[in-house]
Amino acid sequence: MNNIIAERNKRYNKYVDSVSPKSGTAKSLWNSFWVGGLTCMIGQAIFDLYGLAFPNLTEQMLGNITSMTIVTIAILFTGLGFYDVIGRKGGAGSFLPITGFANAMSSASMEFKTEGLIFGTSTKLFTVVGPVVVNGIVWSTVAGLIRLLFGGF
Amino acid sequence: MSVTLHTGENCHLTNSNVISGPAIRRAGRQTVVFERPPVIVGRMSVVGDKEGKGPLGKYFRKVEKDVKLGEKTFEKAEMRMLETAIEGAILDSGLSMRDVQMLISGDLLNQLTSSSYVARSLNMPHLGLYSACSTMTESLALASCMINAGYFDTIACATVSHFATAERQYRFPLEYGCQRPPYAQWTVTGAGCSVLSDRGEGVRITAATFGKVIDFGTTDLNNMGAAMAPAALNTLTVMLEETDTKPEDYDLILTGDLGKLGSDILRDLMTEQGYFLGSNYIDCGNMIYAVDQNCYQGGSGAGCSASIVNSFVIDKMLAGQYHKVAYLATGALMSPQSCYQGESIPCISHAVIMEV
Repeated sequence: MNNIIAERNKRYNKYVDSVSPKSGTAKSLWNSFWVGGLTCMIGQAIFDLYGLAFPNLTEQMLGNITSMTIVTIAILFTGLGFYDVIGRKGGAGSFLPITGFANAMSSASMEFKTEGLIFGTSTKLFTVVGPVVVNGIVWSTVAGLIRLLFGGF
Repeated sequence: MSVTLHTGENCHLTNSNVISGPAIRRAGRQTVVFERPPVIVGRMSVVGDKEGKGPLGKYFRKVEKDVKLGEKTFEKAEMRMLETAIEGAILDSGLSMRDVQMLISGDLLNQLTSSSYVARSLNMPHLGLYSACSTMTESLALASCMINAGYFDTIACATVSHFATAERQYRFPLEYGCQRPPYAQWTVTGAGCSVLSDRGEGVRITAATFGKVIDFGTTDLNNMGAAMAPAALNTLTVMLEETDTKPEDYDLILTGDLGKLGSDILRDLMTEQGYFLGSNYIDCGNMIYAVDQNCYQGGSGAGCSASIVNSFVIDKMLAGQYHKVAYLATGALMSPQSCYQGESIPCISHAVIMEV
């Protein structure tokens, strides 16, 4: 009997797959390409402008203040309520750059503000980005170990 | 693509298990026919701005321009909407708060907070129901049984859902920029309330079919329409068999919130069972938003069918356009936890037959 149900479910889900609309791969790729590319171009422009304005700063310092500027803009956009519109369009192009991380944290902090600073914002701040942080640390550790064992130093 | 799906248990929708006993009241194992059909004497629908801009916007009694309704939190806004709907429906019925002997209400939030917090201020006995998006028909069916049995004269049935509170509970923060698959649905911000009474003029609830929990193994949290369609199929076919009717006998067959995809699937499944759903079949989720509102397959949520039935559908029934309507709300009974744990989505659908 269980087999019959499993069989039925399998058939049904195959049918559902065949009728459910798919997101167009070409269109998604194109959207994430230009949204992500545009974000990076704006970042580069800001970097160059900072370079012109403060010729004494090192490249690393310029990189840092550029990231800070971009993150601030992303948080501002989130607060003003249109980063999610960009995200809906841009997909990976909007969440892979540092702006996506900023949006994920600031949106969570806005969302859970109603439960207070401790149980709301503080507890829930990492709900969306938690997996990114955890996996970033875990996999960079693994990469480091591989390099230590096989890279020779 | 043609498929043969229904060979398993749960799919043999025969009349073999008709219960004898107090025969007049039961049309079958799942269907109750009311000897003294309760009347919908008052109703109210409240929706959010987005729903108000949809194709049915002009039918809703009240459209809230502010999604927070001037409250501090979305949860409070949801409660306020439910309260507005209940009070509006009681006012519409011409009765007073004291005349209403029971409030049966439900929402989508954990612990049914919206319903309970509203009942706190209404000073009437309260039954909280959770049946996800099928709560409205469950409450109408239960209230009809209670009134038909003579235990109560007047019962208010209400449900509410709010896009922002549902998003937070089931998905991501509102401002988080993520993509949804094209088969997703959009939770309706809306509330509806019907006041049922044992006397009066208007739309009557003549029968109710209580649904079984049906699970065809769908696991995608975003594909609610596909998960719920088999539950609607089961209840609809049982209802048709046990009341000995055909789809053509109804001026309108109305499902709750299967959305565009789900209602197309239901048509396919029904065809396979030998029933043809013609132009008299519509889905509330499919109707509530216009195509250019970017709501994917349409609306969902406990407030979706509740607000439409208590406005558009009953308006049209009272205007004489529809005489007999089968209303099947469908609900997906999962939680985010159960889905993350790999469980499939169990669904249910309850039906009521409304006549005027």
